Amino acid sequence: MLLIYCPYCEEERSELEFRNAGDAHIARPTNIAEITDEEFEAYFFLRDNPKGVIFERWRHIHGCGRFFNAARDTVSDRFLTTYQAGEPKPDLNAQPKTSATLETYDEALEGAAQ
Amino acid sequence: MSGVNRISGAGRLTPARTARFTFDGRTLTALEGDTVASALIANDIHLVGRSFKYHRPRGILSAGAEEPNALLDVSRDAARRQPNVRATVQEVFDGMNVSSQNRWPSLAFDVGGFNDLLSPFFAAGFYYKTFMWPKAAWHNLYEPFIRRAAGLGVAPTEPDPDHYASRYTHCDVLVVGAGVAGLAAALAAAKAGAKVIICDEQPEVGGALHYDSGTVVDGKPGYTWAQETGKALAGMDNVTVLTRTTAFGYYNHNFVGLVERVTDHLAAIDKTLPRERLWQVRAKKVILANGAIERHMVFANNDRPGIMLASAGRTYLNHFGVSVGKQVGIYAAHDSAYEAAFDLKKAGVAVAVIVDCRERPGEAVLAEARSLGIEVLTGHSVVNTTGKLRIASITVARNGGGGARKIAVDALLVSAGWTPSVHLFSQSRGKVKFDAATERFLPGTYAQDCLSIGACNGTDDLQATIDEALAAGELAARAAGAEGGGQVALTGQNAFEWTGGMIGAAEGAGPDTTVKAFIDFQHDVCAKDIRLAVREGMHSVEHIKRFTTNGMASDQGKLSNMHGLAIAAEALGKGIPEVGLTTFRQPYTPVTFGAIVNHSRGSLFDPARKTPMHAWEEAQGAEFEDVSNWKRAWFYPKAGENMHEAVARECKTVREVAGVFDASTLGKIEVVGPDAAKFLNLMYTNAWDNLKPGRCRYGIMLRDDGFVYDDGVVGRLAEDRFHVTTTTGGAPRVLHHMEDYLQTEFPHLKVWLTSTTEQWAVIAVQGPKAREIIAPLVEGIDLSNEALPHMSVAEGRICGVPTRLFRMSFTGELGFEVNVPADYGQAVWEAIWARAEPMGACAYGTETMHVLRAEKGYIIVGQDTDGTVTPHDAGLSWVVSKKKPDFVGIRGLKRPDLVKDGRKQLVGLRTKDPKVVLEEGAQIVADPNEPKPMTMLGHVTSSYWSPNCGRSIALALVAGGQARLGQTLYVPMADRTIAVEVSDMVFFDKEGGRLHG
Repeated sequence: MLLIYCPYCEEERSELEFRNAGDAHIARPTNIAEITDEEFEAYFFLRDNPKGVIFERWRHIHGCGRFFNAARDTVSDRFLTTYQAGEPKPDLNAQPKTSATLETYDEALEGAAQ
Repeated sequence: MSGVNRISGAGRLTPARTARFTFDGRTLTALEGDTVASALIANDIHLVGRSFKYHRPRGILSAGAEEPNALLDVSRDAARRQPNVRATVQEVFDGMNVSSQNRWPSLAFDVGGFNDLLSPFFAAGFYYKTFMWPKAAWHNLYEPFIRRAAGLGVAPTEPDPDHYASRYTHCDVLVVGAGVAGLAAALAAAKAGAKVIICDEQPEVGGALHYDSGTVVDGKPGYTWAQETGKALAGMDNVTVLTRTTAFGYYNHNFVGLVERVTDHLAAIDKTLPRERLWQVRAKKVILANGAIERHMVFANNDRPGIMLASAGRTYLNHFGVSVGKQVGIYAAHDSAYEAAFDLKKAGVAVAVIVDCRERPGEAVLAEARSLGIEVLTGHSVVNTTGKLRIASITVARNGGGGARKIAVDALLVSAGWTPSVHLFSQSRGKVKFDAATERFLPGTYAQDCLSIGACNGTDDLQATIDEALAAGELAARAAGAEGGGQVALTGQNAFEWTGGMIGAAEGAGPDTTVKAFIDFQHDVCAKDIRLAVREGMHSVEHIKRFTTNGMASDQGKLSNMHGLAIAAEALGKGIPEVGLTTFRQPYTPVTFGAIVNHSRGSLFDPARKTPMHAWEEAQGAEFEDVSNWKRAWFYPKAGENMHEAVARECKTVREVAGVFDASTLGKIEVVGPDAAKFLNLMYTNAWDNLKPGRCRYGIMLRDDGFVYDDGVVGRLAEDRFHVTTTTGGAPRVLHHMEDYLQTEFPHLKVWLTSTTEQWAVIAVQGPKAREIIAPLVEGIDLSNEALPHMSVAEGRICGVPTRLFRMSFTGELGFEVNVPADYGQAVWEAIWARAEPMGACAYGTETMHVLRAEKGYIIVGQDTDGTVTPHDAGLSWVVSKKKPDFVGIRGLKRPDLVKDGRKQLVGLRTKDPKVVLEEGAQIVADPNEPKPMTMLGHVTSSYWSPNCGRSIALALVAGGQARLGQTLYVPMADRTIAVEVSDMVFFDKEGGRLHG
C-alpha cells in the first residue's frame, strides 16, 4: 500500500485515502467547441502510458478533497514528488535525494560510518 | 512414553507434560511443545502422505515452513477443520485430530499409487498435450478425474466459527526473524531507543539455534542466549515481540503484512481470542533476518519416507528429543550435515555412514567424524534407495563409476547446502545478484528502506553475523530518528566452520539418466522433467516453471527453485545468472482466508445505507432491494399478495388516488456561490442563468466525450444557491466529477459544493390527491398551481419543521417532493401517511416508481443509457443548449461517430400481443428468419407490465430507432420470436395534463 504526501494537508497518508485521476498537465482547451477532431483526440483520448516517470493527478478524496499532481515512477511505484494543482511541472533533477532513494547495503553501511 | 524414538535426556520438552492426539484414527501421545511432525516421528511414523501426481509414499522432509510433503488435515471439531496444514509448523494440542490426505483407501495402500507405474505417460506437460481433445471431455471427464486423483486436502464445508482480528501499527524498525541476527539487530535498535517490532514464525525465538547445538553467544549456549534475549526484549516498553507470527508479504513503502496465529496451538480455545491476528505494519526501516533454507540432494528415489534434511534431523533431536531413526545415514555436499551425525552419535544413535559427494570436505568436520568413529565416504554418492513405505537402504557408489555398495539405513539425512531466504527482499522489489563463488542469490540492489542481515544476506560466520546485525540495528534506529544512547556488544562462535554446497542433480541423476530424482516434492517434478521442458523448446525460466509446474505448489519452490534453475541452466548451456530466478510473490507461506477477510464478512462485508424511514418501511412489511449500498423499499405486499399483484395495485392507486414514496436516496448536492449558475452552465448541457429562483429544471450532465453521465432536477433557491439532485447510484461520482472540473479546469469560479444526500429525507407524494394530503400540514407555502406550478420549489415549514418543498414528478402525476432534515424524516412521513391512508392512498416502492416513470417515457440513466448514449440518442435534444459557448461535452457531441446516421436511439416498443412482457436485455432484429449470426439492431433496456395501460410496455435502444417509428421488429427468444412495433416513448397521458392537476 502506497504512502502519498498530500501537498495541501502537508502530510504523508495511506493510499486508502486517495483516488488516482489520470494524467496531469492536460489542460482543457478554452476554445474547446472549435478545436478539430485531431486536437480533441489528442486532448481527450491519447495518453503516453510511460514506463518510468509519469505526471499524474490524485485526489485526497477521503481527506481534504483536493486534487493535486504527483510524479511517480511506474516501475517502482515510488513517488518522486507531489505538488499543488496549477503549479508547473517540477524539474525532477533538481529534487533533493531523500533517504528513500535506491541504495545498496554497502552504501547504507558506508553512510552509517560517515 | 511419548514415542519410541524419544531419547531420554535429549531435547528441551518436559517429559511429564503430555498431550494426546489421533493420526488417521490411531491415538498417539506427544509432549507439550511438539509439532505434529516431531510427535509422529517420535512415534516412529514417517509415512504421512501420498504425492500429488504419482501418489508415491512421502514422509516428513523438514522441520520448518518449507515443508513440501507433510500436509495434513487438522481438526478440533467438525467446523474447525483445516486441510493442507504443514505438520512441521502445527503444534500438537491435547485432543487434536490429524488425518493424511490424497490417499484412498488408506495411506499404506493407495490405489492411486498405480500412477507411479504409469509415470512414463505422465511426463511434464503431459496434461497440456493429452487432454486436449475432444474439447467437451475436458469439463466432463478429464478435469474431474485429474482433480480427484491429484488432490490436496478437502475444504471444510461448515462456516468458520472463529473470528479474526486486524491491526494497523507503525514502528521505527521492524525485524523479521528472531534468530541470532534478528535478535541482535532488535537489541541494538531497541537500546538506541527505537520503537521495534520483532516477529518470528516459530513458537519461540531462536531460529537456527533450535538445532545448532554447538553455537555459543555471549558465553552461553545459543538457544539459552536467545530465550534470555527474547525475554529481555519483551520486557522493554519500546519493543513488541511477536512469535507464531509470519511476515508473509512485503508491500510498497515498507508496508509489511504479518499474520499471528493466536489459538491454533491451544487445547481449549478462549472464545474471546481471535484465531489469528493480521498485523499491517508500516515501518520506517525493515531489517530482514530471514535466515536460510537447507536444500535436499537430487538423486534417484530421493523421496522415500525417512529421507530428511540434515538440519531437520538435528531439530528433532536437539529440540524435541526425538531420533529420526535407529540406523541413520548422511548424504551431504555441505559440512553442516556432519554436525547432524555428531549430534546423533553423541546421543547414542547409530550413524551408518556419511556419504559426501565432495572429494574434500572441511577438515575440521572430517577430523571430528574420525574421532567419533563415523565412517565417511568422500567422493561417493548415493545413487539409489530402497524401501516401500520407508527407506530401507541406500546404494552408494564411487563418483565416476565403481563398485556399488548397499548400506542398510532407516533414515537418511541430506544436505546440498543452504539457500538464503531472499523471499521478502525480492517481494520488496529488490534485485538479487548471483554470487558465483558460493553459487547463491543474495540481496543486490535495494528498492525499499530495508537491510538484509545474517544468513539471508550470505553472511556465514557467527561473529560476522552478530557484528552485521548490531550495526544494522543501530543504523536503522538512528535513521528512523532514535536518539537513545545504549550500545550493544556481543560475541559468538560456531562449533565448526561450514564449507561446500551444490545445486542441481547429483551423481547418478545427470542428463544421461531417466531416474526419478525429485526436485519439487509437492508437485512431483524430477530433474528429467526440467530437461524435457528444455528439449521441448522452453528456454525461459518462466516457461520452464509453467511447463513443469516446478515451484508452483503451495511451498512455492522453497527447496526446488535453485535445483530447477541449475538443471535448466545446464540443459540450456547457459550460466545461472543468465537464466535468472523467477520472482518471489506474496505470501511467503499460505495465509488463511480468515485472516485476510477478517471482520469483512456477513453484515460487515459491505455497509448497508438505510433511509430515515427504513424502520417504518420494515414495519409495513416492505420488501427491499439493494441500490448501490442503499436498502430501498421495493414494494409493499399486502397479506396474500405476490410481487406482481402488489406492484399492480400500487401503480393503479398512485394514478387513481395518490402514493407516498421514499426518495431519500437520491443524490443531493448544494451548489453555492456567486458563480454557481455559471458553473452549472458548464456542467450541464442546458442553460441556468435564466432559471428564476423558486423554479426547477431538468438537467443532463455529459462527460467531455459527449456521452450522458447523469441527470436530475435542479432547483434554484436563490441567485447564488442551487439544490442539485442526482441518481441514487451516481451521487458520489457526480460530486467527484464536479469537484474535478471546479478545482482543476474552472478554479476561477467562486463556487462551493457540498454533498447533502444524507442531510435531507425526501418524501414524494404523487397522484391526484397529493395536494389534498399535504396541504393541512404545510405552513408558509401557497400550494396552488399559480403560486407553485409544476417544476418549482419553495421553502417553508411542514409539521412544524423546515422544508424545501419541490413541485415535481417522476410519475407524470401532480406531485410534490417534501425535503425535510433527515432527523424529522420518519415523523413527517408518519404525519403524511396518517392523512394519505384514510384517503385510500398507498405507500409505493421502487418497482412501482420504475413502472410509472416508464409509462411516461422518463429514462433512468444507467438503465436506459449505458455510457455510449448521447442526449440526442435518448430523445433529449431539447435539453442541449445550442446557444452556450461551452459546456462539458460540447465538443464530444460533434465527434463524427456521434453525429452519424444509424446510431442506436431510445424508442418505445409495443408487443403485438399486449400480454407478452419482453425480457430486459433481449436483442432486437429486423428479420427473424435471417441465418445466424443475425444482425442485432439493439436491445430492450426497460420492460414492464403496465397496469394503467393494460398492456406490456418497453423502452429499447434500436439502431436508427427514431426513423423506425411504426415498423415491426422482432425479439428472438430461446423458445419463440416476439413481434414488436416501434413507437414513441410515452405510453400514458401523452398530453401530460395530469402533471398540472
